[in-house]
Amino acid sequence: MRKNLAALALGALLAFVTTQGAAADELTGTLKKIKESGTITIGRSEQSVPFSYLDDKGEPVGYSIDLCLRIVDAIKAELKMDKIEVKYVTVMGTTLIPLMVNGTTDLNCTTTTMTLARRRQIDFLSITYITGNQLLVKKDSSIHEVEDLKGKKVAVNQGTQNEKIIKAIDAKEHLGIQFLDTEDQPHGWLALETDRVDAYVTDAIVEHGLIAKAAHPEQYEVVGRLLSYDPYSIVIRNDDAAFKLVGIRALAELFRSGEINKIYDKWLAPIAGPPSDMLKTVWAAQAFPP
Amino acid sequence: MHYNWHWAVIVTEPYLGWILAGLEWTVLVAAAAWVIAFSLGSVIGIARTVKSRGMRIVAGSFVELFRNVPLIVQMFLWYFVLPEVVPRTMGIWLKRDLPHAEFWTAVVCLGIYTACRVAEQVRSGIGAIGRGQSYAGLATGLTPVQVYRHVLLPVAYRIIVPALTTEFLSIFKNSSLALTIGVLELTGTTRKISELSAQPMEMFLTATALYGAVTLGVTALMRVVEARGRVPGLIVAETQ
Repeated sequence: MRKNLAALALGALLAFVTTQGAAADELTGTLKKIKESGTITIGRSEQSVPFSYLDDKGEPVGYSIDLCLRIVDAIKAELKMDKIEVKYVTVMGTTLIPLMVNGTTDLNCTTTTMTLARRRQIDFLSITYITGNQLLVKKDSSIHEVEDLKGKKVAVNQGTQNEKIIKAIDAKEHLGIQFLDTEDQPHGWLALETDRVDAYVTDAIVEHGLIAKAAHPEQYEVVGRLLSYDPYSIVIRNDDAAFKLVGIRALAELFRSGEINKIYDKWLAPIAGPPSDMLKTVWAAQAFPP
Repeated sequence: MHYNWHWAVIVTEPYLGWILAGLEWTVLVAAAAWVIAFSLGSVIGIARTVKSRGMRIVAGSFVELFRNVPLIVQMFLWYFVLPEVVPRTMGIWLKRDLPHAEFWTAVVCLGIYTACRVAEQVRSGIGAIGRGQSYAGLATGLTPVQVYRHVLLPVAYRIIVPALTTEFLSIFKNSSLALTIGVLELTGTTRKISELSAQPMEMFLTATALYGAVTLGVTALMRVVEARGRVPGLIVAETQ
């Protein structure tokens, strides 16, 4: 009996070792999907300047898109493919998770904040940018800090982290803010521009982007302390370690070689100025050795 | 699919409270808009059938204007553009002082849009009655107003009950577009909770069930209206 057991255990061990060996060569998950289909599908946004938007020719461009295209190059090398066709799908806040989970998109390259709640459904690569909530106001508004919003009207987009944060501050500090729950960025901006609201609360970098393309940029300013910590990241499917490794490695190489600075300067510097110390630290911390 | 189902999210606070508040706004927007749609729609529908050419043209233009522009565009125009083109003080009042401006804007917009559709139903209901009845009414000495009040409309409304049921259902579903101007009704709330909880599937299925419950309730209500209003020998009775 004992002999039989030992033989069984040995057999099981052998079987385990051999299947492990075979699996090492076998592709799984997203890498397998890309290899077999010859295409990768990137989730993008149409209006998230300068991260993910459409240029004058209607082509998707931006900081997040550039980083994702670098990852596509790394996948090409990893899978030894000559060419991977890149397809784009427009993604909104509500469709991010369903499109990723049902296999429509493989990489999401917009302005997604990495949150632990989202982490239950989807996974993230390295942090690519850091922002936080600030107040976008008209210069003549006499609003300089969140406390100045007492009794004022404030636009914030429905279902965003911004909404959660500013409403929590409002409740905690008894500011009595009247909220307008705008649908998206253009509506939030329009509400501020037409004086429907006194301030618009969203990610600081988004606010700088909105000012940059305004008809009268000199009339607007971003004020107040950072109300939140919003690390942007590229989204991938959950439980896909092999694919995640390729992505994190590609980004680590950009961080390590300093090439990230060039990409930053191209898209973000004109709007946000030089990278913050915090962002530089985060890049350095994610420049993992090979 | 690697989706992590987590149904408990819909009964977790604050989400449960938000869902119920969203449902309440949906019912409020739709019900208030229906009051406008039914009353204004009736007036315009009747105006399209009267003798006066001027009234017919005005009513017809109204219908074509509001029927032919997508509802989502109308929402935008009422909310963002109207306050900029009216006199300045009125614009400021609309933007700053009107309480629940987004709610009332949505009600007016949806009400007028649906009124055009109701008007067409009313017009076709009146048109479905033979001219003979109208002439007979006039011949007995009734005034034109009395002919409408006692002869045409009682029959016309009975004929169009099924069509009005469809419009009444549409108004509940179309009310979801109010989210584009900031009314956190059921769909807006669903999207909001989807994002915050990262459980979109549960949220949208819940919204589907709630819309279904509301619209089935409306259908049942309209069945009662239809049955109560039934007059033997008229079209409604014959189609049963």
